[in-house]
Formats: sequence, structure tokens, C-alpha cells
Amino acid sequence: MNQWEVVIGIETHAQLATVSKIFSGAATAFGAEPNTQACAVDLALPGVLPVLNRKAVDCAIRFGLAIGAKVAEKSVFARKNYFYPDLPKGYQISQFELPVVQGGAITVQVGQGEKAYEKTVRLTRAHLEEDAGKSLHEDFHGKTGIDLNRAGTPLLEIVTEPDMRSSDEAVAYAKALHALVRWIGICDGNMQEGSFRCDANVSVRRPGQPFGTRREIKNLNSFRFLKEAIDYEVQWQINELEEGRAIVQATVLFDPDTGETRMMRSKEDAHDYRYFPDPDLLPLLIDAEWITRTRATMPELPAAKQVRFEADYGLSAYDSRALTASLDMADFYEAVVAIAGKSAAKPCANWVMVDLAARLNRENLEIGESPVGAVQLGGLVLRIADNTVSNNIAKKIFEALWNGEGTTADEIIDKQGLKQITDSGAIEALIDEVLSANAAMVAEFRSGKEKAFNALVGQAMKATKGKANPQQVNELLKKKLG
Amino acid sequence: MSLTLEQVRRVAHLARIDLSESEAAATVIELNGILGLIEQMQAVDTAGVEPMAHAQDVSQRLREDVVSEANRRVDYQAVSPDVEAGLFLVPKVIE
Amino acid sequence: MINASLKQLAQALAGKQISSVELTQLYLDRIARLNPALNAFITVDADKSLGQARAADARIARGDTGPLTGIPVAQKDIFCARDWRTSCGSKMLDNFVAPYDATVIERLNAAGAVLLGKTNMDEFAMGSSNESSWYGPVKNPWDTTRVPGGSSGGSAAAVAARLAPVATGTDTGGSIRQPAAMCNLTGLKPTYGVVSRYGMIAFASSLDQGGPMARSAEDCAVLVNAMAAFDPRDSTSLERPTEDYGRDLDKPLAGLRIGLPREFFGEGCEPSVMAAVEAAIAEYRKLGAETVDISLPNTHLSVPAYYVIAPAEASSNLSRFDGVRYGYRAPEYVDLNDLYAKTRAQGFGAEVKRRILIGTYVLSHGYYDAYYLQAQRIRRMIADDFATAFGQCDVIMGPTSPCTAFKLGEKADDPVQMYLADIYTIAVNLAGLPGMSIPCGFAYGLPVGLQLIGNYFNEARLLNIAHRFQQATDWHQRAPAIE
Repeated sequence: MNQWEVVIGIETHAQLATVSKIFSGAATAFGAEPNTQACAVDLALPGVLPVLNRKAVDCAIRFGLAIGAKVAEKSVFARKNYFYPDLPKGYQISQFELPVVQGGAITVQVGQGEKAYEKTVRLTRAHLEEDAGKSLHEDFHGKTGIDLNRAGTPLLEIVTEPDMRSSDEAVAYAKALHALVRWIGICDGNMQEGSFRCDANVSVRRPGQPFGTRREIKNLNSFRFLKEAIDYEVQWQINELEEGRAIVQATVLFDPDTGETRMMRSKEDAHDYRYFPDPDLLPLLIDAEWITRTRATMPELPAAKQVRFEADYGLSAYDSRALTASLDMADFYEAVVAIAGKSAAKPCANWVMVDLAARLNRENLEIGESPVGAVQLGGLVLRIADNTVSNNIAKKIFEALWNGEGTTADEIIDKQGLKQITDSGAIEALIDEVLSANAAMVAEFRSGKEKAFNALVGQAMKATKGKANPQQVNELLKKKLG
Repeated sequence: MSLTLEQVRRVAHLARIDLSESEAAATVIELNGILGLIEQMQAVDTAGVEPMAHAQDVSQRLREDVVSEANRRVDYQAVSPDVEAGLFLVPKVIE
Repeated sequence: MINASLKQLAQALAGKQISSVELTQLYLDRIARLNPALNAFITVDADKSLGQARAADARIARGDTGPLTGIPVAQKDIFCARDWRTSCGSKMLDNFVAPYDATVIERLNAAGAVLLGKTNMDEFAMGSSNESSWYGPVKNPWDTTRVPGGSSGGSAAAVAARLAPVATGTDTGGSIRQPAAMCNLTGLKPTYGVVSRYGMIAFASSLDQGGPMARSAEDCAVLVNAMAAFDPRDSTSLERPTEDYGRDLDKPLAGLRIGLPREFFGEGCEPSVMAAVEAAIAEYRKLGAETVDISLPNTHLSVPAYYVIAPAEASSNLSRFDGVRYGYRAPEYVDLNDLYAKTRAQGFGAEVKRRILIGTYVLSHGYYDAYYLQAQRIRRMIADDFATAFGQCDVIMGPTSPCTAFKLGEKADDPVQMYLADIYTIAVNLAGLPGMSIPCGFAYGLPVGLQLIGNYFNEARLLNIAHRFQQATDWHQRAPAIE
């Protein structure tokens, strides 16, 4: 294939974590009976007026600070006019010329291992707006049902520059953004419920040429669909161009069942939105004091935390990145280290990333829901570090903690007699017993079969019920057989 | 500037107002009359004048994030032309 | 009783000389008798009104009274009132029974006022003659072959004909002041942001303002005191300490500087109207005021700027009337767009559609800067003109309308001529200033209004200036002979 360069920009709608709507006092809870959370303002009854939710603005400021953007001192709400039954006022209140967040960037890791590289995606803007309602197409005598519960839910629309050059980069960006909005607590990130939706603007061009004509894929609500849709669309555009057809600007939908994109509307029937400043809302002013106040409540951001984990805990870049995948995970890890001690930072990392993660995964739990808390896990790692128990026994203790058989590792060690045997006299006595009971194996070993040695170690460990230090058993056995 | 019949039709479509043939023709004349009135503005030099969107130079007030509205679906749908199962019904929307 | 001031009515109610039920019934009877010839009311509901009157009487019996307790107030049918049809003069909302109260209604209810009925108006407040109402035109009580002015024509006719002691109106480009002038009433459009717009069906959001229409400045003060307050549900409502707008009514006018903008006294105004206005200004000089020649050089641009800004906002504000959630829905349609287009074509009248189309056009792609932004810049220039003028004077005076009440149908076919009749009132809305119209004489038997324009928040001063004039003259006491 001739060389084509893929150009992708992403617009994301992140639903903000407020309890009430952006311009009304109706609830935003998911899953309510239709139209029971649509108040007079949401229904656009004649005469009603919008009043802006402070928390929505707080969320926008947090986002702006998190991506190093300019938080606009003055931003303006505008009306985007079009008719649609899920848009009760006949216009959406959004921001157009003066958005609340301007610029900024997110740096993401693309790929894994050797081929991994860093990519910085520049953001154009992020603006506050209201969500529309939902059209339900199930059959109501051939009609469409309109539920306006979602109408007026606050959204932050986050728009990138056309900086991404592959579906992998697009997915890496989307995942990083998803993690970030949850990290700073402005969005629950629930993609099934539509709290985080992406639109991808895709075009292709010959390297060095101006941007090609783009098509916008709407409403992608999973990372997999994002990748599949872009891959399909890119291939489709390349085929069109290679067969001599021009790309026509359009909005398309992705059908996950067929894996294809199909046209929703072309530019010709694109809307003329007639944006103008909403006369019902005044300019939103955000002063330095508000920004300072918000900054003080910001958590340490993933990138900074990653650097600190490497420096403070001597972790690899890979471990640091994994442990900063979410704020909950990072906080959990640090709480574990606080108990187990910095010298055990690496085993703590392994326990959180491997053992705990696997167990959580199996039960489909979030780290915040873990039955084994950070203090418990820290106490366990501490007992490995001070040689009270072996790693293998620790796994048993972990299971016991998970199952609620005790509240601390120490309690379980005591109760179940799992303390590691470090007294070499006691171990030697056990080894002597093993050697006399397994004379055949000893003979095999002496005849040169190295394998028999491992079998003897196994027998010795079994005799100690796993409580001996395997290293110590090894050495003592060698000495005896030596 | 003056509006053509084609532009009037486009505007009527944007505004979702049905215009018959004769209405459209009459509307062209009426709207051009109004545009004639408006046109005087074009001769005015407004360079450097800040557009005035609001009568008062004040900023947006904010409400606290509190749920203050109860469910009043029954009242609100009492005036609706077509509802079923709590939903507002419209002709089938094809996306 | 029908010529009593609000203060006198309140005293009569408090002194048990009359009950609220009796007073309300008196007006309901007058409405039943006289409204058919005037068409001032769209909706009257005696049971509801009398229910409120009974509640008011109970309050009065408890000694829990305020200046409006038990007093019937006619409401322009633009204010949503719970369980009342709220039509805005449109077929679109003919079947709309409001499920909530506008803030103004809520405040008047809390004050113990009785909602006497919903008054006729130009459809969605778009008009200067009340001829665009779906419920038919309102007749001017001074001459029923003539218009009462608009858009608050029903309120004006109702108060002028003594079908209500007092009424509310709204003013986007003169809709309180111009009908007040044409019906010999006193009307006040407060500073933008003083009266809540919540529940007041929007025409042009950045210009709309509710206010009182009454037979005197004193009565206006009583009603505006109840209407005005900060409202957290309206983002454009101003957070200011409450004030008694009647506190300065009796202050002497000595030293008052009256600005006379030369643009208001040139061509374009009927000489008989001008004569009455000049006589009124002479009266003010007698009261100790001095006059200053001022200029509002961009006055001629106010009509063009207004007819961009107001229709643009209206085109968007009226998009909610789509036949989906409430209001009129066309009986037949083939699909969704057809439902919209037919509902809106049938539900809106000609003037409303005209303004929606103009507004849609000026906002559409490629025209926004030339029309909308240019109009907003001119709006600023007009506001700046007033700021300069108020450096030289305390109040600006001139005619409210260039003409007296015209014949029904006279201007109905020429929207541009109709628009130009708003020349003296529109600039006040663009700037957001308070303005009044007070009766100042008659021209060929028809009332003439004097317009008073104050600086921001100078309502109390305006009412004072109006009241002193009304102490010295009796124009405002003249009543039409319609019995």
C-alpha cells in the first residue's frame, strides 16, 4: 500500500459528577423512571430560566488545572439552535466563542515494551454544556418516546487538536483522559451509562500534504469500538481515495455489529446552529482566588505521582505507571508502603499489582472494594520482609484475610501457627528425619542425579509445613549431603 | 442585501415553519421591507465598540449543587399532546 | 370605588368598609358587562378569583394585611399562573394551563393580591397595537374603533376602563409605556433586572422587563414594590437591597434637571402630541425644574438595532413551541419535521412568524457579524449616549409615542411603519434603563403620554417626578366614557 498518514482528533463528552443538573435543581441520578427527573426548566416550559451549577464550574476548573490549560477568566454561554425532540428548548446551552478551558495537553504512553513511546496530545478547549434527553425507538405504535431525564445533565466537552496518527494513539489518549477525569473526581467514567463518550474526527493524507477531508464518527462508548471504528474508517477512506473518489465531509455512526461506519448526514444537510450568546445567562467570571482555592484541593496528578514513585520507592517506570493507573490504586499502594516500610516498596508493588489485582479481577471488584485493605496488606508484606513468613505462606494468609478469617496478618499467623521456622537446629532435626525416611532418594542424589536434591528439598519443606525458609533448608541440606 | 425566495425557504426550514407558495412570496417582500429598515446599521462605523449582550455589566450567579426539584411528571404531562408510559411521543425518529 | 387609589382601597379593606370578595365581585361584574366591547381579558375565572378573595378576607380578619392584600390585580397573560390558562395571546398556548407560578405571580399571591384575570396582549408580546393577539384585538376604551397600543394592550384597556384597579405589563420595546400613553395610564418599566423574568414567557430575554400599569404613579409604586425583588431563579435578576419605590413620592422637584433630547423633539412626531408634551414640560418648569438641551445622537439606530436583537432572541426563545411537550400540535403531519413545521405554521400568527424568520436569518451562517454583532455594538453606543446625557440631567423627557391611538387595522399591513412608532421607547430597553409614561394631555380627544427616562435604578426618583406632576394636574384622573 502507498503511504497514507492517519489524522485523528477526538471530542469527548464527560458527564460531570454533580447531583443536580447544570441549569436546574433536578436530580441527575441514572436509571430513574422516564421524565421523573425532568423539571420545569429541563422541559423548557414557557417562562423558565437557567441558573448555573457551581459544581459544574468547579469540575471544569479542575480539568483545566489538570491539563495545564488556561482557565478563562471570562467565558460565555451560547445557544446552539436546532430542532430535535430530545432537545426541549430547541437549543442547547453550550459555550462557543469563549470556552471555560483553553489549550492544555495530555501526554500518553502508546504501546508496550520496546516499541512503547510517549505522545503528547494538545487540547484545543474544553467547554461546559448541557446534555440532551433520550429518544427511545422501541415501538410505541410506530412512534418514538422521549425521556428528558438526561436533558440538562452537565457535560464537559473536551476537544483535541488533530494530533493523533493511529487508532492506537487515539485509544491511548482516550484511556488516559478517562483515567484523568476519574482521578480528579469530575466524572465517574461509566461508559455503559454514557458518562464518557467519544467522537473521532478521522482523515487521511499523504505525509507532508495538508489535512484531508474528515469524517466524524459519533458516540463511541467503548475503547474497543473507538479502535475498531477508526480502523474501519481509515481503511474505507484510503480505499475511496485510491479508487479516485474524494472524501465528502460527513458525520457517521459506527455499527458494532457489522464493524462498519455509515453515514448519518453529509455537510450539505449539516445544521446551521445560529450560535449566539445566551441572553438568559451572564458571562461566567472565574477569578484567581477561585482557581487558587481549587488548586489547593487537587490531588497529585498521575504524571507527577509516577515520577515521585520512581524516585521515592525505587520503582521501575513500568511499575510506577501501573500503580498510578488510578488514584485509588496509587493511594492504596502508598498506604501499603506506609505500613510495610519503604525498604519493602518493591514487594508492596508486586502484591498490589499482581496478587491483589488478580484477585480483584477474578471477583470483578474495584480496588476501593477490596476485602483486604491497604493496612492489612501492608501488615502482611511487613511479615514477609522481616522473615516471619515466606512468600508462599503469605499467599495463604492473604487468602485468609480475603475470606475474613482474621483482621490482621499477625492474628492469622498466630492462630494458624504459620510463623516461619528460622531456628537452624530445629530445621536440621527435621532434615535428618527426611533423610532417613528417604534413603532411596539420597542414594539417587549421591549417584549423581541432581533432580533428587530438589525432591529432597520438597520433602523437607513439606515436613516444616512450608514454614521454613526455603533458602535455609537448601543450604542445610547441601551441608548434610555434602 | 436582499433576500431571495430560496433564502426565505431555507430560513423557514431552519425555523421549522411551513410556508405555502403564496406565503413564501409574500414573506420575501415583508422580510425585505424589514431588512431595508435594518440596513441603516451597515453604514455605521462601530470599530472598537464592544458588543453589548446584556443591559447590566454583571457576571453569572451560581447555584449550589443541590437537588431542589421533586418529580412532578403528572402535572407537567397533563398539558402534553401525546404521552405514554411517562414518555412524550413523537413521530418515529430515524437516525 | 372604581376610581379609588390602591391606598384608599387598602384602607377600605382594612377598615372593613368593603370585603375583598365584594371588591372582586364588583370588578368581575364590570368585566362581564364591559369586556365584550373591549376584549381586554383572555381568561376570567370568577371561582378562582373569589377563592383568593375569600382567603384575603380571612387574612384581613386576622389583621395580616399588606398594601395589596385583597386587591384585585389583572395579570398580563404572559405571566404563568398555576392552574390558569397562560396563552401569551397565541393559539400555540391556547390549551396551556400553567403548572407553575411566575415569580411575579408568586409574589403577588404572597402579598394577598387577587388574580382578577389574564389580560389580552399581542401574540408573544410582539406588537404595538394588540392586533396580533390570537384572541382578537383589544379596543381602546377612549375610542373603540382604535387600538389600545401594545403589547400590554389588554392590561391598559382593563385599567383605563376600570375593569381592574391595576395591572401588570411587560415591556420589551415599549409595551408598557406605549399602551399606557394611548390609554391615559401611568406605566413603569423598571431597570432591567429589577423584576424577575422567571415565569414571564420570554420574547427577547435581554430586553424584557415586567412592570406596573396603573392610574397613578402612587399606585405604580405600590404594585412595583410587590413585583420587584431579587430572584435566584433568574440569572439576570439583580441582587440589590429591597427598596420602597414610593419613598420619595412627595419630594419637591426644585432644581430637577430635565434633559430634552433634540432627537425626540424633531420631525416624526404628530404636532398635537408634541403640543401636549411641551405643555407638560412647561408645567414641570412651574414645579421648579429646569430644562437642559441634550442629544441622544444614535436614536435613529435604535429601531434597526432592536429589530435585529429582539427577533434574534425571539427566534431562539420560541423554538420550544414545537408541539412535543405542551401547547398546540397540528392535527395532521407525515413525519417529525412536518409535525414541527405545521404546528409552528398553524400555531403562530403572522407577526410572530415574521419575527422568527427575521431573527433566524440574522443569526444564520454568514450574517451573524453583519447583523447581530453590529446591532450589539450599536446597542452599546445607544447606552453610552444615555450615560453621557445623564451627566447633564437627572431625567430625560419626551413623547412616549409619536402618535395617539390609531385606528384598528390602520398600520396592520405595514410592519415597518408599526415598528417605527416605537422610536422613542426602544432605546430605553436597549440600554436597560427605567422608563415611565404618564398622562399629559389630550390630542383630538385621545390621550397623550409623556415619557420619563431615568438613570439605572432611579425608579423611586421617576415615580417622584411623575407623582408631583400628578399632584399638580388631573390628566391622569380623566376616565373614558364607556359605561
